[in-house]
Amino acid sequence: MKILDVLKGIWQFVRRDKKAMAGSFILLVLLIIAAFPNFFTPHDPAAEVYMPGAGLSWNHLLGTTSFGQDVFSQLVAGTRQSMMIALVVGFLCTVLSVLVGITAAYAGGWLDDLLSLMTDVVLVIPTFPLIIVITAYLKSASFWLMVFVLVITGWSYGARQLRVQALSLRNRDYLMAARARGESSLYVIFVELIPPMTSLIVANFLGAALYAVLAESSLQFIGLGDISTQSWGTMLYWAQNNAALNSGLPLWALAPGIAIAILGSALALLNYAFDEIANPALRPVRTKRLKVANS
Amino acid sequence: MRYLVRRIGFLLVALWAAITLNFFIPRLMPGNPAIAMMAKFHGHLNPASLHAIEVAFGIHTHENIFVAYLQYIGNTLQGNFGTSLSNFPNSVTSVISKALPWTLGLVGITTILGFIIGTAVGAIAAWRRGGVLDSVLPPVFIVVSAFPYFWIGLMAIWLFAITLNWLPFLGGYTETVTPTFSLSFILDVLNHAVLPAFTILITSIGGWILTMRNNMITVVAEDYVKMARAKGLRPKRILWQYAGRNALLPNLTGFAMSLGFVISGAILVEYVFNYPGVGFMLLQAVENEDYPLMQALFLLITVAVLVAIFISDIATAVLDPRTRSQE
Repeated sequence: MKILDVLKGIWQFVRRDKKAMAGSFILLVLLIIAAFPNFFTPHDPAAEVYMPGAGLSWNHLLGTTSFGQDVFSQLVAGTRQSMMIALVVGFLCTVLSVLVGITAAYAGGWLDDLLSLMTDVVLVIPTFPLIIVITAYLKSASFWLMVFVLVITGWSYGARQLRVQALSLRNRDYLMAARARGESSLYVIFVELIPPMTSLIVANFLGAALYAVLAESSLQFIGLGDISTQSWGTMLYWAQNNAALNSGLPLWALAPGIAIAILGSALALLNYAFDEIANPALRPVRTKRLKVANS
Repeated sequence: MRYLVRRIGFLLVALWAAITLNFFIPRLMPGNPAIAMMAKFHGHLNPASLHAIEVAFGIHTHENIFVAYLQYIGNTLQGNFGTSLSNFPNSVTSVISKALPWTLGLVGITTILGFIIGTAVGAIAAWRRGGVLDSVLPPVFIVVSAFPYFWIGLMAIWLFAITLNWLPFLGGYTETVTPTFSLSFILDVLNHAVLPAFTILITSIGGWILTMRNNMITVVAEDYVKMARAKGLRPKRILWQYAGRNALLPNLTGFAMSLGFVISGAILVEYVFNYPGVGFMLLQAVENEDYPLMQALFLLITVAVLVAIFISDIATAVLDPRTRSQE
């Protein structure tokens, strides 16, 4: 099974690369928190029953909001939405990128011209203002609407990269051979063309996931998301609208930003590591190890 | 020549796509949101601007959509976006022209500055492969790139404006001062621009550094760079005129591609600092349900990005003869 080999290869790589290892570890921890938030929250994140504006204490690890909610519990509860957005949008964007990019490269001709033009147009239209315009008409965007908007604006970068790589692979001998054997197009694409592109596809997934996390939290922050949900972006929205920075509650705004950055860094570190597989020249110089190998 | 024609063609297609999106998005929304907006302002608008808005949002559903579409494109090309509902009775164009210089000053200068500094630092980092810059910068900027841009602005406000009380953080100038062309006013404006400019620089520079470094690493391994070394050229000359020049090309394209991201970040930075530019105005328009203003701003931002991309395409063609001779 080729797919299994590919997965094995990814695991081998992650185990050896420090950046990839750190990124995977953080993602795993966040996944566990997102899956079982109640296990980690000492308080009900929505309850406005504690002393408003309290500082750090054992009872309230990150203090409370000016509504009297526990900041730490909100932080834990908000993990799920960011993780969901990252995974769902990352996955759907990648599917769309692969579909468009590889179809364009494999089909060639007018279909390639058309798909490439579409990709480039979507790529150059500034995404975030467009998202703002769409969500502005909708007033408050629900989770799936947010996913929809982020996917239709986020697939183009990956599609372009994948098309370029697929084009360079298209005329390799082993693909020619497969076609000469009379294999169907679907077989050639899925068994011969896509597996060598795995690292780029994974990198695209991670890039799209990072984009989704940042864009979602930005939308939530300016109040265009569903402000009644528990998420890091809405925490920032409420913190900003209650002047948390001015009123001596900086942790209320600080904590969710750092949480987003931790998730984002994990995705970015993994992304960078996969970029290094695609382009070995970028790997860190390891003079010591080379010497040992030579002796 | 052919390259130029293709790029102009692409510019026009992208522009058309943006205008078309602007026209169809409100029509695709459940329960045309513009109708509610119009009801609020009924009787306050003069017939001409009323009509422009009606065309833009499809208020009269009995009108042929194709005719309305053509009319809308006509209005847009003439710069007729109707009246800004939240700044009544000023036209959208006049409201925007007040905000534009602020954004051009802040975002324009910081973006170009960020690109130049980032590219130079990236080139040097790759040139001294394995040096301090080369090993410290990538991980630092990977982490920085993962922070939400607006949050870095919030932290800058908290640290430099609130805790240390060094700099102002609200607006483009002190509100009690009337704008004049005096030294004290200019200093006041600069003082207000420091924190937002710093935020945009910090968040945008990493991308340029990393891509330039990565391009440069590939270019430095090329034979012609070795040749230049063998000829005994001065390292500085090889760095900037041989390797740097070629590594810059993909970065220029990258500049064009990531400009959209920079603009997105800048919108939020303006919002966080209440900076009186187009980004802040866009979010205010959203809040006030001033859809004509919002649409015009979206178009303006898109046109700005497209024109910048076009310029960088031309610059690439000038710097790289290969682009010109292609096909």
